[in-house]
Amino acid sequence: MDSYSKRKNIIILIFLLVGVVFILRLFSLQVLDTTYKKTATNNVLREVVDFPSRGLIYDRNGRLMVYNQAAYDLLAAPREIAGFDTTLLCSILDVDREQFEKSLSKAKNYSTYKPSIIVKQISPERYALLQEKMYKYPGFYVQPRTLRKYNYDNAAHVLGYVGEVGPSMIKEDSYYRQGDYIGSTGIERKYEQYLRGVKGKSYYMVDVHNRVKGSYDRGNMDVSPVKGSDLVISIDAELQQYGKQLLQNKIASIVAIEPESGEILSMVSTPGYKPSDMVGRKRIDSYPKLVGDSLLPLFNRAVRALYPPGSTFKMMNALIALQEEVITPRTRFMCNHGYHIGSFSMGCHHDREFRLDASIAQSCNAYYAHTFRRILESSKFSDVKEGYEKWREYVVSFGLSQTIAPEISDELPGFIPNSDYYQRRVFPYSRWRALPIISLSIGQGEIQTTPLQMANYTATLANKGHYFTPHLVKNIVGTNESVIEVKKFQTMIDSANIEEVCDGMEQVFSIEHLGTARASRVPGIRICGKTGTAENPHGEDHSTFIAFAPRENPKIAVAVYVEYGKWGSTFAAPIASLLIEKYLNDSIQGSRKHIEKSMMEANLLFPDKPNYFKIE
Amino acid sequence: MARRTNTWGNIDWITILIYVILVISGWFNIYSAVYHEEYSNIFDISQRYGKQMIWIGLSALLAFFILLVDSEFFVTFSYVLYGLFILLLILVLFVGKEVNGAKSWLMLGSFAIQPAEFAKLGTSLAVAKLISSYNFSFNNYRKIFALALLILLPVVLIILQNDTGSALVYIVFIIPLFREGMSGLILFFVFYAALLFILTLVVSPITIIVTVIVLALLGDLIIRKSWGDLLKVIAMIGFWGLVVWGYSVIFNDNNPDIYFLLVRSSVLTSIVLLVVSLIKRVPQAPLIVSMFLLSLAFTFTVDYAFNEILESHQQARINNLIGVESDPLGAGYNVNQSKIAIGSGGIDGKGFLQGTQTKYDFVPEQSTDFIFCTVGEEWGFIGTSTIVLAFLFLFIRLIILAERQRSVYSRVFGYSVASILFFHFAVNIGMTIGLAPVIGIPLPFFSYGGSSLWFFTILLFVFLKLDSSRLEQLH
Repeated sequence: MDSYSKRKNIIILIFLLVGVVFILRLFSLQVLDTTYKKTATNNVLREVVDFPSRGLIYDRNGRLMVYNQAAYDLLAAPREIAGFDTTLLCSILDVDREQFEKSLSKAKNYSTYKPSIIVKQISPERYALLQEKMYKYPGFYVQPRTLRKYNYDNAAHVLGYVGEVGPSMIKEDSYYRQGDYIGSTGIERKYEQYLRGVKGKSYYMVDVHNRVKGSYDRGNMDVSPVKGSDLVISIDAELQQYGKQLLQNKIASIVAIEPESGEILSMVSTPGYKPSDMVGRKRIDSYPKLVGDSLLPLFNRAVRALYPPGSTFKMMNALIALQEEVITPRTRFMCNHGYHIGSFSMGCHHDREFRLDASIAQSCNAYYAHTFRRILESSKFSDVKEGYEKWREYVVSFGLSQTIAPEISDELPGFIPNSDYYQRRVFPYSRWRALPIISLSIGQGEIQTTPLQMANYTATLANKGHYFTPHLVKNIVGTNESVIEVKKFQTMIDSANIEEVCDGMEQVFSIEHLGTARASRVPGIRICGKTGTAENPHGEDHSTFIAFAPRENPKIAVAVYVEYGKWGSTFAAPIASLLIEKYLNDSIQGSRKHIEKSMMEANLLFPDKPNYFKIE
Repeated sequence: MARRTNTWGNIDWITILIYVILVISGWFNIYSAVYHEEYSNIFDISQRYGKQMIWIGLSALLAFFILLVDSEFFVTFSYVLYGLFILLLILVLFVGKEVNGAKSWLMLGSFAIQPAEFAKLGTSLAVAKLISSYNFSFNNYRKIFALALLILLPVVLIILQNDTGSALVYIVFIIPLFREGMSGLILFFVFYAALLFILTLVVSPITIIVTVIVLALLGDLIIRKSWGDLLKVIAMIGFWGLVVWGYSVIFNDNNPDIYFLLVRSSVLTSIVLLVVSLIKRVPQAPLIVSMFLLSLAFTFTVDYAFNEILESHQQARINNLIGVESDPLGAGYNVNQSKIAIGSGGIDGKGFLQGTQTKYDFVPEQSTDFIFCTVGEEWGFIGTSTIVLAFLFLFIRLIILAERQRSVYSRVFGYSVASILFFHFAVNIGMTIGLAPVIGIPLPFFSYGGSSLWFFTILLFVFLKLDSSRLEQLH
């Protein structure tokens, strides 16, 4: 009929070929390749992070020090944004329009689909205003966050602050994402893993416009956030507050330790900063100011300022001498307005003979020059160098020349030179003698200690020969874990010898014994203390004082440093006595109110107009 | 003498059954594609599935009336109907409504129809009429000229509407023409050029060169029927490859990549083969070698024109047309989302109304051009292969019906119907799985839209009517 009817086979073949290609392609897309399944899931799945609230921080008496306030981040998904009134939105949020537009265009460049944070940390008040108007701003979302809030603004250095996590930390720990908060300093940093809690996750399904359409898999994959653990810290918030008041307008620091536990009761460094200044948007303004301040408010003097210990170190020499049996409590040395030998002279204020207790009470320099020589030149040692090495061994056993509080990450170790140091610097060509390093007898010279170390030294005396790791966190609520181990450290001194020294330290407050801190005595409390003057080549010497009380069963050991405060008795001693009285009695007795007042009013920040507290 | 026969008894119920199955599965997928929890009433005519229900009802009515019409009507009025649709195509240029940049919709009150769809029907009728006319042959140049005019006139008018996609459909008329005796070479070259063009832009140059070499070797094998000869050619390519490589390493001091080697060694081999085969007068070898060289030249020209002459936005448009997925959020976004939807369906799919890509609008135009995504996502490979097989069955059934016609007219028309449906099927499904350019043409019986459903229904039922009265016809 027609000669081309066989061509129908070619046409059928073409149709079948296309059909077979399609089926093979569909087989490869749908059955062989599983990546499309994942991509489809990724398309609809939105992971929303539920931030846990950060653990609270309580003081030793259960007073709430740090808690959380709600804050809100404004996010925008650029693709969904319709025309809106930028001016109104900026005025609701109280943000700079230019800045706002800059963040918005940055978000656009990052992704037009994914929401980015445009304005951070909107206050609850502003959020309330925003919420009413939110319907006008499609494409904008709000994500709740928490910010730190403080009931006490006196412990900034101890607590540290929380900041946005940095890029290196994000790389190191996969827990963190851009924009997360992390403890940056202090306890907030050290206890980050407990305080932060565990982030939760909710999965939602969204449509192509990123609108939430419901929870994914009926919420079965969702993980609830776990609130951060609360901390109870060793700080006594009221004592801390009192210490801060006493130190106002002074460059000074206080460290108070409970001897029987090593718990730090108070740690003040002034000038400091309000912890609230480091929270949220405020930090942008306050941080550069604090960094630029010549009084270094960010600098934690309590653990980083290095001073020669001065006369407060005299007990150390006395104890080493007693332990080495080169003196007895009844050994007497003469003071002729100082210690004079050959052309060498070390000044002092007395013209009489001293026994150990009086030498402490009146802080005689000559006594310790004799004592120090007796130690180093003792016949027990083959030479002075060996004597020095033994001496250093005693000193280091008190926790000096090392960091002692593992919770405090920026603590400095201080400096007690080893024998090599002196070998190189002082005795390179001559044999070792005690005289060239005799300043060590009165706590001057090359040695450097921190206020924390001196408070710990005081606590060691209070404990009659041992100390516990100084620490800030009493416990992590809800766990038995702890970040550090509190250990007991035994010194090389017998407790009987310490008792002898404590007699002298108690006389420091005695009128009868003309004690250097007799003006700061606290009727009714047996305090053992010691004044000190840390030599300052840059101006007036620093006033220092260490003390523990009560003499029997001590509850508090304290070290006070007041820069440019001249003598230990002028500022450091009264401040230490007030702290002890406040801690033990809860109030200051009427007869000492005037001391409290003058301490609080004293202003040493302007040395041109000194307002010195005079003794009698 | 025509014998009156019973339409209902002779109609091909098998085809109607497939038609009904396809239309109903289409409706379910449209329902799923536009489904919202808030509007689930299937008769809600504010929703597309509600409207499609009406279009389906009207289609059934149309089909019924077509079957009532005397089949002689179509034969007699073929040219009149053609002329009518051409007039509509001209009319739409002036009063048409512009949708998506194409001025192709004619508004009749609240109804909108696309004359370009119906022009295909008119052209099919006219082509059938012309080919079945007395003394038509492919050697009769006046008839061939008239045939070309019949086909090209609507193409030009549709391109003027800026609806290139619909115009491309007319390429399928080469299938009925081929069946009626047009040279097979034309069919071959059209498909070959189209394949090379798309391949050049879609796949890497290395794939192209390998494909072309393999095709040439296959041609060689088919014509020469000698494995030894094939091995000689391969060895010669290898030899030239080594020469080119050695030359590059020694004189130019660089290590050429495989693409560089393949192009040069195969061209050198071709030249040698061409010279040798001409001298030795090997039959047909020069043809294959020339085809090979022309193919290479063609792909290089396309590649050069695309990369060097076109502006970047023109490139993007063509990339979009051919669905290159280099930029998932840009030009290739639709195809990419479509592949994700289909690919995520797996073997048995996510279930009716459970497709997330579908429900949450990730695939644009999902109820119309990308309706196949819904099938892929919710019914999986089982669903997609069933639909593909159903269409193939329909096409082959239509060819069988066409072949049983007594009249040339009905046969040509039958082939036209099968070919038009096939082209829509191939391009539409091809684009959703990344095998064909994104040309916005609907999937027959599936895609949402009254105009296209009616057109395909009329097309199919006119042929079924012709088939049912095949015994009466003498043409």
